[in-house]
Amino acid sequence: MTAATKAIGDGMVNAKRNLIKIKRVPDLLVFSTLSPIMFVLLFAYVLGSGIKIPGTSYREFLMAGIFGQTVIFGATITGSGLAQDLQRGIVDRFRSLPMAQSAVLVGRTTSDLANNVIVIVVMSITGLIVGWRIRSSFGEALAGFALLLLFAYALSWAMAVIGLAVRSPEVFNNASFIAVFPLTFIANTFVLTSTLPGPLKVVAEWNPVSAVVQAARELFGNVPPGSPKPSALPLQHPVIATLAWCAVILAIFVPLAIRRYKKAVSR
Amino acid sequence: MEFAIEAEGLVKRYGSVRALDGLDLAVPEGTVMGLLGPNGAGKTTAVRIFTTLLEADAGRARVAGFDVKADARALRRVIGLSGQYAAVDEDLTGFENLDMVGRLYGLGRRSSRERARELLAQFDLAESGDRVVRGYSGGMRRRLDLAGALVARPRILFLDEPTTGLDPRGRLGMWDVIEELVAGGTTLLLTTQYLEEADRLADSIAVIDHGTVIARGTADELKSQVGGERIELRVDSASDLDRVRGLLSAVAAGEAMSDTRTRTLTVPVSGGSKTLIEALRMLDAEGIAVSDIGLRRPTLDDVFLSLTGHAAEEKKDDDEPAGARRGQGENAR
Ligand SMILES: Nc1ncnc2c1ncn2[C@@H]1O[C@H](COP(=O)(O)OP(=O)(O)OP(=O)(O)O)[C@@H](O)[C@H]1O
Ligand SMILES: [Mg+2]
Repeated sequence: MTAATKAIGDGMVNAKRNLIKIKRVPDLLVFSTLSPIMFVLLFAYVLGSGIKIPGTSYREFLMAGIFGQTVIFGATITGSGLAQDLQRGIVDRFRSLPMAQSAVLVGRTTSDLANNVIVIVVMSITGLIVGWRIRSSFGEALAGFALLLLFAYALSWAMAVIGLAVRSPEVFNNASFIAVFPLTFIANTFVLTSTLPGPLKVVAEWNPVSAVVQAARELFGNVPPGSPKPSALPLQHPVIATLAWCAVILAIFVPLAIRRYKKAVSR
Repeated sequence: MEFAIEAEGLVKRYGSVRALDGLDLAVPEGTVMGLLGPNGAGKTTAVRIFTTLLEADAGRARVAGFDVKADARALRRVIGLSGQYAAVDEDLTGFENLDMVGRLYGLGRRSSRERARELLAQFDLAESGDRVVRGYSGGMRRRLDLAGALVARPRILFLDEPTTGLDPRGRLGMWDVIEELVAGGTTLLLTTQYLEEADRLADSIAVIDHGTVIARGTADELKSQVGGERIELRVDSASDLDRVRGLLSAVAAGEAMSDTRTRTLTVPVSGGSKTLIEALRMLDAEGIAVSDIGLRRPTLDDVFLSLTGHAAEEKKDDDEPAGARRGQGENAR
């Protein structure tokens, strides 16, 4: 067995472990799917009547934004999961085994990706029920979902670094809220960036979340024809911008996370 | 001689605390080394360095000939670790835990599963093997964790306080398992706070305190450092004590000590059980009633106290003024 296949195998053993945990403690999956359903309903029925988007219904505009926010919350599970492994001491066992140093992280991020796939399916169904429609081709829609998941996967590695640093799932949850809320709200997720005041508008336009949401929105065909072209560069080429962001995030955080893991000791 | 575990001048600092302060250790292959020390002595830190979980600030360590820093990956292939706190996944079953470890050691799917079942049976967990670990007792977790360390039949085993938290029966069971392993040729480094555990399991003992080895040798060697054998007896009536003391001075190897409150007499001797029989005969001839008599050798407890008691006293001198002031402050309130 070569080092590479052993590394992949080890990663899958770890992913399987996490999937068993999802099955056995389904609370996490239940709540991580219930909260986006709640968000869809809240925004669609409560705020939806107050916010006007020219040329389309707010619900249609909204879905890509909620997809974006939800997969990002899904990515935070990586951090709390690792913090919990550290706290409970199982990391000591893993680190004494002759396994690939990346395996725990690869397994974790992979199973969180799987979790996100399930969540996206549930949300799409909810969206379709409240009137969301995909107005593009099947291939484009698939590309939209793939981009969302790729972006979340990249963010998982950043969350891994934080989770290994704070070492307690409770602390991690608080820390990640502080990071994730501004990231997903100062963006085009729920409003048009053009409606935001000056400095916030610039932040929103260059926010990576805006790029991935814009890309998904275009690929789902939820940008109404004749709506004004975005003024910021990343939003004019959102697919390329998203891919670039993912590459940058992975290039920074994969090595950082592995380095942290190699030094991590429980308790 | 071939050493399975070797350390030279290991130092590990946590801020101003020196968890290890120049630790030297050499464990010959196929033997059991007991690392004995009080809380905070540095036992766990040493084990973590040997098992590559932690990097030392200074010094060298080799396990199975592999350097703990340079050859960490190869080293991990030949060791098993059961740490001070059970490292098992609460949400998996016992079987799933062991199977996972087997796969990560590189066992195939079949052999990993077979090995897991085998270990569950060996550790008396066959019936609970398919239950989630969350519902296990502390002793069951401990056994599962030890089983995890044995999955790949390691040549060198590290057990950090393997019986802490077990009831007496659990402890005896664990000792049997460990003795069986050692009989099979496994090298074992064992840390413990229990002297009888080191006495029973270890071929050789290193007493550590404040991060360094303060004494080493076999249990017998350590005991003889403290003193030789003695006869201890209790008489029925305290008034007999002086008479007995005079009587037994014929067989004593040194000054006898008596305690009227407990009605006991301790007589240093050198002739072993022969001397004991002789003493009994003399007492019987004089018609003196004895409620308890025996030949005693110093226990490791005596060794431990005489070795670390000294260190503890030194430390107390530093701490006392602050402690005394605190005490007074509380009394005043
Ligand atoms: N992560 C850490 N951060 C700071 N100090 C530490 C850390 N780990 C250990 N120490 C300190 O290093 C010293 C040695 O600790 P260690 O855990 O090795 O002792 P031990 O002999 O295993 O004790 P015990 O019998 O309580 O398990 C102690 O003073 C401890 O407080
Ligand atoms: Mg310890």
